[in-house]
Amino acid sequence: MHSSRATLLHYLGQHKVKLLTGILLVAGSSFVAVLPPLLIGRIVDALTTGANLDLIGRLALIMVALAAVENVLRGLGRLRILDSSRRIEYGVRNDLLAHLQTMHLAYFQHQRIGDLMARLTNDLQAVRQMIGFGILMLTNTLMTLLFTFVSMFGVNTKLALITLILTPISSYVFWTIGRRVNRRFEQLQSQFGDLSAKAQENFSGIRVVKAFSQEEDEIRAFAKVNRDYLNKAVDLAMVNGLLWPAMQFILGAALLTILYVGGQDAIEKQLTIGQLVQFVAYLQLISWPMIALGEVTNMIQQGAASLGRLQHIFEARPAITDPIDPVTTPIKGAVEFKGISFAYGQAVVLRDISFSVPAGGSLAIVGPTGSGKSTLVNLIPRLFDAQQGEITIDGIDVKRYPLPQLRRAVGYVPQETFLFSVPLRENVGFGRDTPLAESELEWAGDVSQLGKDVADFPARYDTMIGERGVTLSGGQKQRTAIARAVAKDPRILILDDALSAVDTYTEAEILKRLRGVMRERTSIVVAHRISTVKDADEILVLDDGVIAERGTHRDLLERNGLYAAMYRRQLLEEELEVDEEQSEHDKRVRTSTAPEQSAPPRARRIDEMPADQD
Amino acid sequence: MGGRGGGGGGHHGGGAGGFFQEDEILGKAYDATLTRRLVGYLAPYKLWVALAIVLLLVQSLAQIVPPIIAKEIVDQAVIPAVSGALARDDAFARLAVLGIVYLVVLAIGAAIRYGQTILTTWVGQKAMYDLRLELFRHLQFLPLGFFDRNPVGRLMTRITNDIDALTDMVTRGVVSIFGDIAMVVLISGAMLILDWRLALVTFISLPILIALTAYFRGIMRESFRAIRIRLARVNAFLNETLSGMAIVQLFTREKPVFDAFDTLNRDLLAANQGQVRAMSVFQPTVNFTRNATAALLFVVGANWVMDAQLSLGTLVAFWQLLQNFFQPILDLSEKYNIMQAAMASSERVFRLLDTHSTILDPQRPVELPHVRGEITFDNVSFAYNEGEWVLRDVNFKITAGESVAIVGATGAGKTSIISLISRFYDVQKGRILLDGVDIRDMRQADVRRHVGVVLQDPFIFAGTISSNIRLNEASISDEQVRAAAQFVNADKFIERLPQGYETVVTERGSTLSVGQKQLLAFARAIAFNPEILLVLDEATSSVDTETEHLIQDALAKLMVGRTSIIIAHRLSTIQNVDRIIVLHKGRVVEMGTHRDLLQQRGTYHRLYELQYRAHEAESPMKSA
Repeated sequence: MHSSRATLLHYLGQHKVKLLTGILLVAGSSFVAVLPPLLIGRIVDALTTGANLDLIGRLALIMVALAAVENVLRGLGRLRILDSSRRIEYGVRNDLLAHLQTMHLAYFQHQRIGDLMARLTNDLQAVRQMIGFGILMLTNTLMTLLFTFVSMFGVNTKLALITLILTPISSYVFWTIGRRVNRRFEQLQSQFGDLSAKAQENFSGIRVVKAFSQEEDEIRAFAKVNRDYLNKAVDLAMVNGLLWPAMQFILGAALLTILYVGGQDAIEKQLTIGQLVQFVAYLQLISWPMIALGEVTNMIQQGAASLGRLQHIFEARPAITDPIDPVTTPIKGAVEFKGISFAYGQAVVLRDISFSVPAGGSLAIVGPTGSGKSTLVNLIPRLFDAQQGEITIDGIDVKRYPLPQLRRAVGYVPQETFLFSVPLRENVGFGRDTPLAESELEWAGDVSQLGKDVADFPARYDTMIGERGVTLSGGQKQRTAIARAVAKDPRILILDDALSAVDTYTEAEILKRLRGVMRERTSIVVAHRISTVKDADEILVLDDGVIAERGTHRDLLERNGLYAAMYRRQLLEEELEVDEEQSEHDKRVRTSTAPEQSAPPRARRIDEMPADQD
Repeated sequence: MGGRGGGGGGHHGGGAGGFFQEDEILGKAYDATLTRRLVGYLAPYKLWVALAIVLLLVQSLAQIVPPIIAKEIVDQAVIPAVSGALARDDAFARLAVLGIVYLVVLAIGAAIRYGQTILTTWVGQKAMYDLRLELFRHLQFLPLGFFDRNPVGRLMTRITNDIDALTDMVTRGVVSIFGDIAMVVLISGAMLILDWRLALVTFISLPILIALTAYFRGIMRESFRAIRIRLARVNAFLNETLSGMAIVQLFTREKPVFDAFDTLNRDLLAANQGQVRAMSVFQPTVNFTRNATAALLFVVGANWVMDAQLSLGTLVAFWQLLQNFFQPILDLSEKYNIMQAAMASSERVFRLLDTHSTILDPQRPVELPHVRGEITFDNVSFAYNEGEWVLRDVNFKITAGESVAIVGATGAGKTSIISLISRFYDVQKGRILLDGVDIRDMRQADVRRHVGVVLQDPFIFAGTISSNIRLNEASISDEQVRAAAQFVNADKFIERLPQGYETVVTERGSTLSVGQKQLLAFARAIAFNPEILLVLDEATSSVDTETEHLIQDALAKLMVGRTSIIIAHRLSTIQNVDRIIVLHKGRVVEMGTHRDLLQQRGTYHRLYELQYRAHEAESPMKSA
């Protein structure tokens, strides 16, 4: 909480002149607002004692003048305070994004995006309200109460005391109710989260829901969270609904007391009727501030809770940062892993990995699913940092390069493609500081084989991607990601199983072109098929986080281990196909390698073949 | 300053209201058609609504009684006593009686107000609960094409924030507007009864108020609209940036992304400042009008009091009533905001509800007591978008128990065939028959019960491993779950998990690897033991050779006694099917066994050659 306060003060400090003058203006307006009851009292007394109309007319004119001054001050003060709160909201929002941009990837995997968004919207709103309306109402409330009580004591001590006693009571009532309101409000918020999560899951998995006819079950499950949400909302209303009636009752009771006690005093002639009305006017003046006191307390409580949640974001420290003593020698691209071990929490993913790739060399990584291939390549651009060991580029620890320099040197095509809702052109040129020249765009499009698809798009490279534009197929997305990485002109290119959604023919075309592009650069390729990796300078076979085998294609075959087994299996498939083709003439039955061929209806050829068989 | 504390409920409305969408934002705070339709959701609770309205009127009445009692205290007790017309003790007695009446009215008013608040919240929330459930149900049965076009984020906003905005309108907006109208009418009535001439004097302020409100409403409408649009843009941008943070960082785009965001954020600030300025003029102006009216009241009233045409108590009561008379107008902006948000939300929600499913169950569905699993494509042509044919005149027949692979380049239409058999989409021409029956003559659920699908993107639901295999099908026993997992070789990794089959998996299966997710998807399909199995090859493309072999092994077993259709682009995965259908640009160009097709030296042969060549040479690696 202490640091939350520091954060709050920091932002308030940025606008302190504006805020302070705003507070002064509002305080001034509260002072002026306390004067008219005095005039009203005078008018009433004048009426009861039979005075002249001139005086009443003058008093009324002063009332109008005071009202004008009060409202001008209030308007100006309000403008300054609320405007500051909007500027602070803007500043906090910018600062949050700037801070989040420095956070490491693991943070975003840990914090759900939806949750972060909720903080950046709902919580930020609550903080802004605490600052804007909070300060405005607090100033107005406290000043009005202060000036009113001073005036009351100036008129009649007894009545003033009675009113004064009522104020803490009403505040206490509000405070206790407010606490419960906050608690139930949090429960409602959390239920809202559950409701959102259920809906999101359903919409994201709608294909599965439909394929397995789970619609009715899903509706039942949703009805349950929906029902819980309804109940929580009614729970909240049960306490929240108390606020107004309670306040109305307390204020009414206060007015009654004034009228009753003051009425007795007036009858006893200890108080003029004018003074009695003046008191009623005072009470009316503080009735809204007394209500507001409760509301402002709630607002501050909710704002403080929200500020705490924002503070959590601010306090999260990036695990991956720029070095204190950076090395800025240009990167050539020799990558070396020295005894690298890595774990996600308790789960060890990589153990004691060592290898080196010279600048311009090539490395391939194969291995079963979950063996740590993606994690390994993620360590190079420092999406994660290893817990043990050292990764160097050109002999220098990657942690000693400034992050921008390191990442500029790496072209990365991730396993799961993410594109932005901007034109295709900007997606391809995403890694560049300046817009891509048309020739560069065409070149990247050719290497990635994206160009041939783009030719069919109405606006070509200016086609908008995503929700408001075209939806790309999985293969098109992957090819865009490849174009994006290539357009960056990286020293080191990393392909993390980046061709899975591309068809065989296109894949072959892409690989052929990439080979040309990568002649002078280091390449690290994660793949599944031997044919993709066999020409690499070195191949690592990962198994359960350790390098099970390593060497060139030839070495690994000689070694006759996992890789050789993989190779044989793939070879067998190929041979089988070739074999079959050759043996077709011999009418030989298929060998047993292919799983049992029950093989009844063969060669069901269709009679009319379509014409366009290019 | 903000207004009534009012009902409880959805506070999420305002800020996060336009979480993602910036489209279709209405500027109106009232639309008769939309409102009528919304009110329709209150119909099942009309008695409760009527009761709530009665309570609302009673409690408004209770609010104007105190000034009138105050008048009686001044006129009946204090003034007569002061002037000596009434004995001191009699005056005290009157004071006591009036005091008790006052207290009773106060207590009743408070109790009724509480009851009314709870009732309103409950009715509003319940009605919106119904609407939310209706919307969810409606969405469940919309065709897949709808979900292709509408991103999850947009649908989420409809079912969460938009419905909350409507709840706000029902529980807070509408009620407080009714309350305000009742209040203004009752106060006007009370004033007219107390002294019609003075009432008319008070009403002089009305034209000024109406003019003020009309003027500021125009400004408010534009500024609220601008704020909503810009806020939606800011949030959409944030959401995308956070989701793609890895890419932003890998491509060192932090600075330009931040600058782009700053521009949007600055636009939003400007819109907000505009609103602050407008409101900073509006509220003090209304307030001044009230104070000036009070001054006028005293000048005019004083004359009449001196002439004894008006009692002093009445004048004081008028002055008190005046305060409440203006309150509704001061709260206007808050209500305007609620109403405008609700109109925009209801427009979007109703538009969604009005999107009708194009894939419907027939009036009199054909029921197949026993499904053999024969599938026929009879002259099928299909397009996702009109005119862009994905399949053209496709004809084939797959006999029960046969296994078939469909091959072809990307975009040949393979995936569409699977989607069509599950009736995720309807064909434009021709028909698809299951055991000789057009699938459009069957219930969708019936078709899908017999068709197991392994999809391209294995989706994992929040829950456990076993709940992901059996989904909500209670009839699938634990043993069957295990057997299914074992069958597809998923048991090994599952048993290595901390809690085995009861291990909790999170949304999108982030704790599982892609390969593991795919194995699970396999187990899921198999657990339902369908007569027909459809497998998308893409589903297995990210799995390593080891696992792919395990899967193929499982598939070989699965195909026995089951019609199987496998979409494959790696030819090696379809070695052991009975027949291959080769698709090219949406047409069936070849059909036959692997050997026959190779012999034909047609499209299949070419695909095969490419595959072979890819194995031989193509790679980004350089020779050592």
